[in-house]
Amino acid sequence: MQEEFNEIFLKYHDIITIGVYGTAIGLILIGLYAVLLKKNLVKIVIGLTIIDAGIHLLFIGIGYIKGGTAPIFSPGYEDAAKRMVDPIPQALVLTAIVIGFAVTAVALSLVIRLYKHHHTAKIDQIKYLKW
Amino acid sequence: MKKVLVIILLVIIGYFLANTFINIPFGENRIGDVYAEKPTAAGYYLSNTKEKSKVANVITAIVVNYRGLDTLGEVTVLFLASTGIASVLYRRKEDEEETERLSLPSSTIIRSGARVLFPIIVLLGIYVFIHGHLTPGGGFQGGTIVATGFLLMLISYKGFNTNHNIMTWIESLAGLTFIFLGLWGLIADNTFLGNIPEVGKLNSLISGGLIPIIYIAVGFKVAVELTGILDILLKIKPKK
Repeated sequence: MQEEFNEIFLKYHDIITIGVYGTAIGLILIGLYAVLLKKNLVKIVIGLTIIDAGIHLLFIGIGYIKGGTAPIFSPGYEDAAKRMVDPIPQALVLTAIVIGFAVTAVALSLVIRLYKHHHTAKIDQIKYLKW
Repeated sequence: MKKVLVIILLVIIGYFLANTFINIPFGENRIGDVYAEKPTAAGYYLSNTKEKSKVANVITAIVVNYRGLDTLGEVTVLFLASTGIASVLYRRKEDEEETERLSLPSSTIIRSGARVLFPIIVLLGIYVFIHGHLTPGGGFQGGTIVATGFLLMLISYKGFNTNHNIMTWIESLAGLTFIFLGLWGLIADNTFLGNIPEVGKLNSLISGGLIPIIYIAVGFKVAVELTGILDILLKIKPKK
């Protein structure tokens, strides 16, 4: 089973690498595009969360080790520490998700406030937010 | 014109990002020998968590114990976010009467389904944060699950109100629990948030010393804060 996995992993290593990093970088770029070009404030906030998702995927992808298991000890597998993936990026991403949530919530509340004041969420119809 | 400029900028950023990360081989073992004399940080966490902290979930040990101060800051960020939202969306008392959570009533199916699902979702959330040191998940995840249960109730019942006094009390008590357990660790282990792992054995519910208790406090805090944020965000005055 393990050998079979190794064989498949080596055979498609380039494709997997490009797939993981490409998806992560693609998500970051899509989010940046939304942040830079979209007019609707809610869409800009969605763009920020997409950037977040891309960065999380990048972190987890860097922390992956070929054939590694989740860094959790289960009964009967007490010596599994050698076969575990890197736990630090996972702990960091756990932090980053919570911070991302807080940023999104505050941004949305500001959007609600702007919408109430100007009766529009379009950034080009609010004079002092033009660029 | 702006679009072209932005796309050129994105291509440049994407090229350099790809150029950087393509040099990091995917799936390579960068931890090194876990049991080496001088292991890397990840190797140290992996090889020492089991004996020193008696916690099955290494990520929980990192989040609550090794980088516990970080998590205290993170909880503070969440608290600041909920306070910030409350102050940004603050409304005076006389407007409160006209405040209505939803302009449209939800259907009977959603209301009956929500009533059945709400206790189950809350129970699942509590299970996740009580077992944070044994299974995937923990305080943040479990608290979020509990908050989704409250979200379901908030969007299905117009009259469902959260008691702000009780929520403030739970939040304050959970935060104080975190800090006082940290100070207890300072007395017992000479470091802030130090652990006292002598109780219990690996892979049982009572194990890991202070880690599960801190994570349960974090779970309560996160659940209450997210519910408060959702409550504030959903209380939008209907347009006249």
